[in-house]
Amino acid sequence: MVTLKINNEQITVPEGITVLEAARKLNIHIPVLCNHDDLCVAGNCRVCVVEQTGSRTLIASCAMPVSEGMDIHTNSMKVRNARKHIVELLLSEHRADCTKCYKNQNCELQTLANEYSFGEHLFLDIVEDHPYVIDRSSPSFIKDDSKCIRCQRCVRTCEELQHVSAIAVANKGSHQKISSFHDRPMSHVVCTNCGQCVNRCPTGALVEKTYIDHVWDAIYDPEKHVVAQTAPAVRVALGEDLGYDPGERVTGKMVSALKHLGFDSVLDTDFTADLTIMEEGTELLTRLKRALVDGDKKISLPMFTSCSPGWIKFVEHRYPEFLPNLSTCKSPQQMFGALAKTFYAQKRGIDPAKVVSVSIMPCTAKKFEADRPEMRSSGFKDVDFVLTTREFAVMIKQAGLDFRSLEPDKYDSIMGDSTGAAVIFGATGGVMEAALRTAYEIVTGREVPFKNLNITPVRGLEGVKEASVKIEGCTGDWKFLEGAVLKVAIANGLTNANKVMKSIRDGKASYHFVEIMACPGGCIGGGGQPIPTNQEIRQKRVDAIYSEDEHMTLRKSHENPEVVAIYKDFLGKPNSHKAHELLHTHYVVRESY
Amino acid sequence: MKNVGLNKLDYIFEKINIREVLEKTYKLPNDKIIKEILDSGLKGRGGAGFPTGMKWKFTAEQKDPDKYIVCNADEGEPGTFKDRELLDRVPYKVYGGMVVAGKAIGAKNGIIYLRGEYRYMLPGLLKELDEFMKIIREIGYEFTIEFRMGSGAYICGEESALFESIEGKRGEPRNKPPYPTVSGVYGKPTSINNVETLVTAILVMRIGAAAYNQLGTKDSRGSKVFSISGDTPIPGIYELELGMTVQEFVNGFGDGDTKAVQVGGASGFCVPRKKFAETIIGFEGVPTGGSMKLFNSSRSMYNVLHNYLDFFVEESCGQCTPCRVGCQQLLKGVQKVKKGEAKSAYLNDLVKLADTMKVASKCGLGQSVGNAFRSIVENFREEIIY
Amino acid sequence: MYQVGNLVKELSARHGRDRASLMPILQGIVEKHNYLTDEAMVEVARELDISAAEVYGTASFYTFLDTVPRGKYVIRVCKTISCSMKGKGEIISTLENILKIRIGQTTSDKQFTLLETNCIGWCHKAPAILINDMPYTELTEEKVIEIIKSYMHK
Repeated sequence: MVTLKINNEQITVPEGITVLEAARKLNIHIPVLCNHDDLCVAGNCRVCVVEQTGSRTLIASCAMPVSEGMDIHTNSMKVRNARKHIVELLLSEHRADCTKCYKNQNCELQTLANEYSFGEHLFLDIVEDHPYVIDRSSPSFIKDDSKCIRCQRCVRTCEELQHVSAIAVANKGSHQKISSFHDRPMSHVVCTNCGQCVNRCPTGALVEKTYIDHVWDAIYDPEKHVVAQTAPAVRVALGEDLGYDPGERVTGKMVSALKHLGFDSVLDTDFTADLTIMEEGTELLTRLKRALVDGDKKISLPMFTSCSPGWIKFVEHRYPEFLPNLSTCKSPQQMFGALAKTFYAQKRGIDPAKVVSVSIMPCTAKKFEADRPEMRSSGFKDVDFVLTTREFAVMIKQAGLDFRSLEPDKYDSIMGDSTGAAVIFGATGGVMEAALRTAYEIVTGREVPFKNLNITPVRGLEGVKEASVKIEGCTGDWKFLEGAVLKVAIANGLTNANKVMKSIRDGKASYHFVEIMACPGGCIGGGGQPIPTNQEIRQKRVDAIYSEDEHMTLRKSHENPEVVAIYKDFLGKPNSHKAHELLHTHYVVRESY
Repeated sequence: MKNVGLNKLDYIFEKINIREVLEKTYKLPNDKIIKEILDSGLKGRGGAGFPTGMKWKFTAEQKDPDKYIVCNADEGEPGTFKDRELLDRVPYKVYGGMVVAGKAIGAKNGIIYLRGEYRYMLPGLLKELDEFMKIIREIGYEFTIEFRMGSGAYICGEESALFESIEGKRGEPRNKPPYPTVSGVYGKPTSINNVETLVTAILVMRIGAAAYNQLGTKDSRGSKVFSISGDTPIPGIYELELGMTVQEFVNGFGDGDTKAVQVGGASGFCVPRKKFAETIIGFEGVPTGGSMKLFNSSRSMYNVLHNYLDFFVEESCGQCTPCRVGCQQLLKGVQKVKKGEAKSAYLNDLVKLADTMKVASKCGLGQSVGNAFRSIVENFREEIIY
Repeated sequence: MYQVGNLVKELSARHGRDRASLMPILQGIVEKHNYLTDEAMVEVARELDISAAEVYGTASFYTFLDTVPRGKYVIRVCKTISCSMKGKGEIISTLENILKIRIGQTTSDKQFTLLETNCIGWCHKAPAILINDMPYTELTEEKVIEIIKSYMHK
């Protein structure tokens, strides 16, 4: 233990923590910019500098470990003058476009300027000296170098959390910038569009590409029939942008808000999540049969889930030899889109050309996914516009709705019913759990042997989880699985995905089924979710997901009555020809840079 | 206080029998070597001036058996070219210094980080190294020396940036603590020393700390190699005793019309004529890595300042705000003031900015920009304003 | 443009495949070809199992690891204070005239590139330049012309 003084207040703390962490224990506020709870220490913005008695230079509190007898002052004149200068320097290299900027009022630089340096600019504008580029090439996000303050959070995120490193620090001196491989457009490099960088950027340098105005236009167009689908992870996080604490479930109000905004039909991605389980479960069992019974050596195992478009693009760039292992199932978003303009339009007697399908997602990669050229199984673009949770909150505010006072409402039908198995898709391990609840029952005729159907071994925020399920008491056609031990793995965040892929590729691990989510914590930690994000917030969202699951009447995908109906009336059976046409897809090999 | 005066010496470049020195040192216990260096009062010759004996002592105390001696041959300070001469004329003293340091701290590995601009020297240096390695193997030392090249980045002369470069990364200085003696190259305890420091260590081991102490002053022991250029009839490399005044220096090296001397390169101090007599060249006055630039009255100090700031704007690694943006602000600021596009009072704001850079920058580069800025602006204000 | 071919494999065999091998490998490519093509950087990234953006980010930090095409002979004229005081301006004019290019450009036959650089450690013999690795010092206009002519005849 170490004893030190901060602003004349004494505190004893464990050895090895930083001055910043010690100050926080005393509720002393030190401003930061490059520092982020999820990332390693950088110590480059210098916003957090404080005075240490006896030291000639100021010290960066985020990087300096505490030591016995330290005497720290966080607000001395020397510190205040330095902080003011540092904020002014940052403002001088930042194109301040606040009134028009998407991050207006949610910008950490704005907050700093307001706290430490309002009034006349102290220094000269140097934005004009740099040939800045605004990269709008990606359908998911915009990279605006003129707003970058080079905190490097995005680079550290892409490297540490995602092991993609699509961006890096390039050049030096006044030319130093955050760059892709040789300044190529972001749409032409290994960027997976996961948006984790967008979640952590303190300014408007990285923001999602917004489609709010497109959606308003569609809603107001009397000719168009606008359908909304909502992802599971949205309902446990939307509240954070509307004044609620993290972890509060706002499902009913969310549906009500969508209806008030003017959507013609408010439906649920959870419906197609249930459908995905049917399709993917069948696909898995078919592969297992081909491998174990037919002895087909070419069958690709393990099978990987395919609902995370960030993960898909990651495989396409980095591990193209494993493309055959990906499930051919589309994501629930895309299955929904294909059905909205075929099955749904037919049933409702609406001209599919007039249907506009909008999805509300916790995700930025879904914008890229909707734009993939093969996603036109309906004959039209299956999903027209993807809005992030954040954009949705903006629309609610734009409509002048008092979210808190809305009466909870129910989803419309058809394609609005769902089960608990669907909603847990939002958390890492959820797809696996949903799949097991159904697959186990199909094969053995019994429920999974876990209390309350809660398969706890696959739950939790750790990066990589493994589990094995012994299959006993198989019925009918499934006797070939008798006694088999199904080995599964679950990874969240692409750094962990990479670990799993390496161990599979190097022959160090063998699984049958692997669930991978590109984002830390799964979709609840997605690139489109409310900012800020940290482990504590993600845990609360995860808890809310499982709470939502517990409160649902139906908890297994195969029990969803609308799912039963769509097979009976339209698709035939899982993996049927029609199902393949509309609900399955293929992948492409991409460059390694 | 002893008046040193301008004394040209010849210890550093003197041809010696390195085998004798190394045989003598081989027989000494490690802590005796460290004591000798401590007693000599030798301070780092690269410019930072950290007591060499202390650096070796701290590294020796680390328990990790995997340690490194790194020779900082990334000489990049404008006006400094002494390390090139040392490597050219007495490379075996550099290698010898590394071997002695290695013995003192318990390191078996030595790395010389040579700046890319000196790459043409590499074949010759490797040949010398081959011969040298034969000698030390015969004596019984277990030490290897490898070369790592720089590729054109002044900041890689900063110790932790140098480690980053060896490790294959951008030369961006690290957070300290931990210090190199605890965690240096590859995260291992490292003693990083300037070329001249290692050569001087051999001198100390040869003549002994007591003899070495006869030279220099109490705070600046010994002699130092100076790189002298600019408006002087006799530019070149000279070994001089530390502790002389700038006036004594100018008397010996000026062209009769010296109006300013830049001591320590772009990150050093500009001493104006009126302060020549009162300024000591040494750690108690203006410390220096040895770069001495003389300017006569035909020179525009605005151009000099502009040249230095342009240098820093380019060579800053760019990671920390005060340096990356501060250097650009200082340069643009003086340009605007000179053109009359900003009031001359703006210079006062810039001096305050330079002071912030001095205390808030992450490494010595950003912390030193203010030295030249302040000293030129304060002493030659009339040349900077419109 | 050049074909990087087996060069990366040769260099990694010599220097290893760790992150610390990146500098010697990039330097080895530049030693042979004077600059790094995108193809070369992608090969290095693949060989060392790091991202191409990381390789580019590291290379672009170092002035001598050019990521844009350079000629067979890269001339770097020192522009720091001593050389600046001792006539680097005339040296640059002379070079621009004889090579018919400006600073930053490469001759159309891809033989010479003309650049400025910071202090190369020859301040007492200013003005000085580097042509690839070789320093040339105490330059006058005549000397510069002689040197360039000798390179043109190589």
